[in-house]
Amino acid sequence: MANQELNAEGLNCPLPIIKAKKALKGMDVGDVLSIRATDPGSVADFAAFCNQTGNELVAQSQDGDVFTYEIKRA
Amino acid sequence: MLDQMDNAKSMSIIVTKGTLDWAYPPFILATTAAAMDVEVTMFFTFYGLQLLKKDLDHLKISTLGNPGMEMPMMGGHMSMPNMVSMLPGVDRAATTMMKNLIKKKGVASIPDLREAAVDLEVNMIACQMTLDLFELSQDDLIDGLEIGGAATYMENALKSDINLYI
Repeated sequence: MANQELNAEGLNCPLPIIKAKKALKGMDVGDVLSIRATDPGSVADFAAFCNQTGNELVAQSQDGDVFTYEIKRA
Repeated sequence: MLDQMDNAKSMSIIVTKGTLDWAYPPFILATTAAAMDVEVTMFFTFYGLQLLKKDLDHLKISTLGNPGMEMPMMGGHMSMPNMVSMLPGVDRAATTMMKNLIKKKGVASIPDLREAAVDLEVNMIACQMTLDLFELSQDDLIDGLEIGGAATYMENALKSDINLYI
């Protein structure tokens, strides 16, 4: 289960990434951040963000226009 | 995350343009890179210094000589003939239109992106020569800037993985 949630719906690049980074910074290692976004570019961007930063993308799903990501803080 | 800091990647960006539209590429890349644990240095020179003023309300776009700028309008797209672009008030109207679009599409404002850059500890250098040339006062610029010249930039650029000129 997620330890913290971030609603990035309606926000465009690069805001979902920047807000996610800010949230992760304040969390403990191993905690999971759940993010909701509507930016279709966020699919590729969160994958790239996690590859680069070492944070783990543990789950991702899509429901209509809303993308949900669960990222475990490294 | 912390143990990666020792071999963190780095990027420098030379920021030369001072319009609302051209403020986006450097601030988007700088904030995103910093969020991805990249050490970022931005060197603001010539018109780029406009982006460091405390108040950013003066930033405008110009449709003059910009055939690539097609604004969505009534289901289609509209570009502006140069003859019209030169009329007084057109830049201001185009700027208002752009700011409305930015808000409507959930795109960050430039003040927000700059604040994010500061939060993410992006290193910002203001060009001393440009301050002298245009008689700009450091008091008009935001706090926390480094003031330097080409050598200061080069020192950063030589050890950076990515160097961009925008």
